[in-house]
Amino acid sequence: MTKKQKKMLRRILIAAALMIVLHFAVELLGEHVQEPIWFLLYLIPYWIVGNDILKKAWKGIRNGQVFDENFLMAVATIGAIAIALISRSGDYTEAIAVMLFYQVGELFQSYAVGKSRKNIGALMDIRPDYANIERDGALERVDPDEVSVGTVIVVQPGEKVPIDGTVIEGVSALDTSALTGESVPRTVHENDDVVSGCINLSGVLKLRTTKEFGESTAAKILDLVENATSRKAKSENFISRFARYYTPIVCYCALALAVLPPVVRLLGGSAANWGDWIYRALTFLVISCPCALVISIPLSFFAGIGGASHEGILVKGSNYLEALSKTKVVAFDKTGTMTHGVFEVNGIHHSSMENDRLLELAAHAEIASSHPIARSIQKAYLEGLTWQDDGEIAPKPADLASRKLDRSRVTELEELGGHGIVAKIDDRTVALGNAKLMEQLGVPYIDCHHVGTIVHMAIDGAYAGHILISDVVKPTAKEAIRALHDAGVARTVMLTGDAQKVGEAVASQLGIDEARCELLPADKVSAVEELLRAKPEKSVLAFVGDGINDAPVLARADVGIAMGALGADAAIEAADVVLMDDDPKKIPLAIRIAKKCMRIVYENIWFAIGVKVLCLILGAFGIASMWLAIFADVGVMVIAVLNAIRALFTKHLHA
Amino acid sequence: MKKTYEIEVDCANCANKMEGAANKTPGVQKAVVNYMAQKMVVEFDEGADPKAVMPEVLKNCKKVEDDCEIYL
Repeated sequence: MTKKQKKMLRRILIAAALMIVLHFAVELLGEHVQEPIWFLLYLIPYWIVGNDILKKAWKGIRNGQVFDENFLMAVATIGAIAIALISRSGDYTEAIAVMLFYQVGELFQSYAVGKSRKNIGALMDIRPDYANIERDGALERVDPDEVSVGTVIVVQPGEKVPIDGTVIEGVSALDTSALTGESVPRTVHENDDVVSGCINLSGVLKLRTTKEFGESTAAKILDLVENATSRKAKSENFISRFARYYTPIVCYCALALAVLPPVVRLLGGSAANWGDWIYRALTFLVISCPCALVISIPLSFFAGIGGASHEGILVKGSNYLEALSKTKVVAFDKTGTMTHGVFEVNGIHHSSMENDRLLELAAHAEIASSHPIARSIQKAYLEGLTWQDDGEIAPKPADLASRKLDRSRVTELEELGGHGIVAKIDDRTVALGNAKLMEQLGVPYIDCHHVGTIVHMAIDGAYAGHILISDVVKPTAKEAIRALHDAGVARTVMLTGDAQKVGEAVASQLGIDEARCELLPADKVSAVEELLRAKPEKSVLAFVGDGINDAPVLARADVGIAMGALGADAAIEAADVVLMDDDPKKIPLAIRIAKKCMRIVYENIWFAIGVKVLCLILGAFGIASMWLAIFADVGVMVIAVLNAIRALFTKHLHA
Repeated sequence: MKKTYEIEVDCANCANKMEGAANKTPGVQKAVVNYMAQKMVVEFDEGADPKAVMPEVLKNCKKVEDDCEIYL
């Protein structure tokens, strides 16, 4: 608790204690002590707990701000005391209790908000406090702001990387979970780029900074998250407007309630009952404070955005969170979004020998070539396969270290333009190329049902199998599409520059409803525009891309989602929602988080308004006392705030 | 021109009121109060000097919400 909050708590406790003591004192000594004494004694706890409200109300009136909650509370409580005084009931506790509970509510609100701000801050604990610079052999801690580009900084195990940079010395595992939500550490070596906000787990790293602190990933992300709630959602603006009208309307109703019924009764010839009606009107005033609504809505959004950032999903504004929850159409870019976007060997089929042995011969046959296909075969041999057929990461072969390309093993190398290569390797004739080459050599070959570039191989005139080189779909892509449909997305469309056959194959493999192929970048914009026209009213179209060359499409869609943005500034700029890593499952997760957050927002709106209206009605009929009114007011706020904090929790939303 | 100021305000409705008051101040094109982040983002009119405008913004905010603070 802050100092201010502690002081408030003390005031509340003292006033409550005094009130209870006075209550029993009246019971015991009621007859012996004269009335004005009790009144004056009761004023002490009232003043202790409510003096700031009364002062603020007075200042408000002087500044022409009549309808603020301080004024309302002041009028309601002073009115209640006046009624007690005039009617000689001696019941001053009610007024004090109203003030007391009102202050309890305010205290709770300020405490809860402070607490959740801190919680969300802790979730996004990526702000580095210092950077280490080596000077004369000793490490010196400096403010990251003061480190200029190109400085060498040292990051020790357990420390946060303060500034984006490139590793110049050292190997280490980095915990990127605060940035991406990904729990598997990432290993970095020399010349790898490292982004700020990661935690260095194992070894000492020396980095050469490539950016200033303010331009670094950590600073940018923090700035983005902190300012996200400044872009207000429609429902938030609705509440601000509602609050602006609600309070004056209830006040005028209160005035009417205090004056009209008694006058009507007087005219009708019966007793006016002024006290009763004024009491009902004061009850109205107690209910007129819109605090529960006004606090819980931004808090829900703040919690929702905080929870999402913890998952590595950065939402740039409450408005985008709201839009995301209404997503009905999702359009994707294919390459880099649904697929890894890298052309690699990811299958060796119908092989007549061990796959690794086949790859070895193929890599040697391609030894003189620098064609991308040749390179990917060589890479597959030297570094092992990256992905298996199913998109899972392939295990590394055990003998990787001893693998090398040996030019002396290759003789009689002949390149057949447009067909392939024939070479002699270790006295075996290896032919490597497309189907035409196999036909030319008269070798019967087996076609591949996969989509991609197929390299057939014949060894000593016999078919030896084929190597598949293609872009691999991400292992979670299929699940992501299913989860999207489960999350209420009606239509999924893939936009790609690839050939019809490739696009359709990927789409059907993943369960995507529709594939639009052979699109130039400009065509993607018009495709999205067409989808925007065709979508149902009030629904939202989201476009997911890797942010590299689809910035115009990201901007055109209702919600632009950029993927794998860790380190890609352009994507962070262009998109409305930024996924820090490249896992497509984050797309449905983002939609789920948004939906949960919006559900909480609406729950709070209806709950708070509902209870208030109910209390107003009960109050008007004289059923609800001022006690009930203040309990309702504070209670609704407490429940709404607790409900809002629920938006922070995202664990159960993983598919 | 757009500038961000740290603020201190205790209740959400007070933040709304501050926003209203700031928006009515001459020289302010648009002001957004972010209650959760305790920040105020002010977009100034062209040619307006933030150093001259902000004290006015603070004065107007103090009028509607005595308990608020803008750290200039």
